[in-house]
Amino acid sequence: MDPAEVPPPLALVDVTKSFGSVRALRGLSLELRSGEIHALVGENGAGKSTLVKTIAGVHRPDGGQVLVDGSPTGFAAPVDAQRAGVAVIYQEPTLFPDLSVAENIFVGRQPRTRLRTIDRARMRRDTEEAFTRLGVDMDPDRPARGLSIADQQLVEIAKALTRQARVLVMDEPTAALSGVEAERLFTVARTLRDSGAALLFISHRFDEVFALCDRVTVVRDGAFVSCDPTSDLDVDTVVRRMVGREVTSLYPKEDAERGEVLLEVDGLTRHGVFADVSMKVRAGEIVALAGLVGAGRSEVIRAVFGVDRYDAGTVRVNGETLPPGRPRAAMAAGIALVPEDRRQQGLVMESSIERNATATRRWPLSRLGLLRPRAERDSARDWGERLSLKFGRITDPVSTLSGGNQQKVVLAKWLSTDPRVLFVDEPTRGIDVGTKAEVHRLLSTLAGRGLAIVMVSSELPEVLGMADRVLVMHEGRVTAELDRDEADEESVMYAATGQRPNEAA
Amino acid sequence: MAPENTVTAPAPDRAPKGAPNRAGDRPASRIRSLLSARETPVVSALVVTLLAAGLFVDMFATGRNIDFLLLSVAAIALMALPMTLIVITGEIDLSVASTLALTSATLGVLWEAGVAIETALWICLAVGALLGALNGFLVTVCGLPSLAVTIGTMALYRGLAYVLLGDRAVASYPQSWIGGVRAPFLGIEGLPWIAVAILVLAVAFGVLLHATAVGRSLFDIGNNDEAAHFAGVPVRWTKFWLFTLSGVVAGSAGFFWTLQYGTSRADTAFGLELQVVAAVLLGGVSIFGGIGSILGVMSGVVLLGAIRNALQLFGISSEVLQVVTGLILIASVVTPNLVARVRARRAPVPGPPSEPTPAPSAASAPTKGEAS
Repeated sequence: MDPAEVPPPLALVDVTKSFGSVRALRGLSLELRSGEIHALVGENGAGKSTLVKTIAGVHRPDGGQVLVDGSPTGFAAPVDAQRAGVAVIYQEPTLFPDLSVAENIFVGRQPRTRLRTIDRARMRRDTEEAFTRLGVDMDPDRPARGLSIADQQLVEIAKALTRQARVLVMDEPTAALSGVEAERLFTVARTLRDSGAALLFISHRFDEVFALCDRVTVVRDGAFVSCDPTSDLDVDTVVRRMVGREVTSLYPKEDAERGEVLLEVDGLTRHGVFADVSMKVRAGEIVALAGLVGAGRSEVIRAVFGVDRYDAGTVRVNGETLPPGRPRAAMAAGIALVPEDRRQQGLVMESSIERNATATRRWPLSRLGLLRPRAERDSARDWGERLSLKFGRITDPVSTLSGGNQQKVVLAKWLSTDPRVLFVDEPTRGIDVGTKAEVHRLLSTLAGRGLAIVMVSSELPEVLGMADRVLVMHEGRVTAELDRDEADEESVMYAATGQRPNEAA
Repeated sequence: MAPENTVTAPAPDRAPKGAPNRAGDRPASRIRSLLSARETPVVSALVVTLLAAGLFVDMFATGRNIDFLLLSVAAIALMALPMTLIVITGEIDLSVASTLALTSATLGVLWEAGVAIETALWICLAVGALLGALNGFLVTVCGLPSLAVTIGTMALYRGLAYVLLGDRAVASYPQSWIGGVRAPFLGIEGLPWIAVAILVLAVAFGVLLHATAVGRSLFDIGNNDEAAHFAGVPVRWTKFWLFTLSGVVAGSAGFFWTLQYGTSRADTAFGLELQVVAAVLLGGVSIFGGIGSILGVMSGVVLLGAIRNALQLFGISSEVLQVVTGLILIASVVTPNLVARVRARRAPVPGPPSEPTPAPSAASAPTKGEAS
């Protein structure tokens, strides 16, 4: 075969990396070939992020080799990796918001005129050229502020192009993208592949992996499991290899008895964000809010919970009207909200697992106004066990946990308030399959115990698998309400994109 | 990695307050958290300074001098208490010295107008509350950055003090009150009652900060106010009340300061806010919020005062004192960073000391806490 003759632009051989006593990578090998999109899949905490950072030159491996064009290279710093033609596109790029797109692309290496001033014309020209190659339509002069995450990623990719990057690593690029945006990203990725670049694509979404990638490498617990052409694999095989055990069902929603109406939202409106949103949720029911990113779903539940304000409408819990803009009142009425962005909204990352898990219950855990450290610790441990949280010490900062375990801490934080109405916003975003199944099982159990659950999710299979009813939003309005048996991919997507669904059906 | 987190910081602070510590923590981990705490350097520096000054500086360890030392830091110590809470939430109040001056001027005007001094005290506290509430209003309701707001009100309140008193000084306070303010506690020489009062207040603030739900939420606000908001913490109300509290305390400091020195002047306590902020930062409170303890801050206040006092006894000029104070402050900011960097460099080789099993591999087995 020819790949043996031409050395791959980037290869890792038996790379190991430890942090303290935690072995993040234990002998990982990976070979990225030109003109190929390579998928890397594994549970959270399997070592994917460490691997990416090793490739990017952020981490130096403890053992093993990084080969560039077949010769061993040590990346001492990210700049070495860049020089070797490696570019990494992170899930959420960090652009300079006040600089223009072109300036962002050339930041730190602006082309100069003969007078040593910045050659803006050339910067703009090169940016336009890169966008043309990618087939993207974007104004090089517009400021980066206000660009969607998808567009920001494209700017990063254009930056990589102008740097003549030959290896492009994309770390969960689609996690925050809508379907259309992801599709556009894939087109760009294919273009790059066809022009001879080597791509590494990391994703939790198997449909994307199978649609896009040529080969799939599975890692588990920091070690290499398998690497096969996509055509030789199916989803079940990959999942089995990732988890190391059989995953029975990804979406185990059981039927639960419906009780009385616990949550009633009537005509909720926030000007310019959402309008006239109404819903009724019964005990034992899971209602999904589906729709594209930016349809206003998260905003609605945030307003109901009281962290955002609203202009009109009412929220009633168990028949009693909730005052607007008062999260405390909502909590007292038995509402809990597991927010979308767990790092920014769900957790205080610097704080310990214990303090995060008990943050919502400090008064009940106090006596005469004084916190009882023993009670806090016991309660946090108890919830950690109930949710099979994997942690070192309960006093470790929550930032030391993997994404899935962080999500469990957020769940513990809110489930421990013993809510009657539970809002979950993208409960499984960026979480590995194993934990995902656990979360789904948990939600199902909770509904079975009589909670009313409202779930915002951008993953259609999750929506269709979990929900008893689906409310679809489009541009701030509810465009469809579908029962479990009416909801399928087609009907939801119709409503989500604002097209008229066939009313008769 | 050893991130300096809020987790370890308050722990050692709780011990001196006589918390029973039945928590059954392993002693090793308690000692380690004690050693890694951010305020440890300042507390040890204080102990060393006091010992050294007591041994080598004549007159330092006398009742008279200790009395003088404590009185000289009293106002700073008072205002540092609410300042600690404010800085922990990620805000700052630079108007405290001007608030002190304006209440002092108010007291002068009231006294000249023949208002009884007991009544005047309450009015001073109310003025302080009002001034603090204005800061709070501008910061929380108008959403302005506290640095800008309180630089503004710093000038505003000082200006109002000049409006009230001009260049005059009011110095006709009754001798009994002036003496009363400096009176020793239960007749013990070297222990003014105000020091005892501040100690009691400090314990109250310490308990509030480190052992109550409200205190915890202050750390949360400082680290991530959005997450705090999502967890039901009334972020804006909390900040508003903190600024108001800061005003009340600065008002009481103004009352005390006036009688301590027996005079009201518009330019009184000029620049004192910087000494307060300095002591707070020296005490290990992070200027970015989220980290700090009352024990550290109180140690910082006394440390700065003690060094000043000892150098003065050595006969060192006030210019040099300024320089030394500045150097100490810079050192206090640099040291934690250096320590963190050294730790980070050392960490990869041996790994952090004795981390319990990291619960790896076994696909789903959680670490079972051995709690029953």
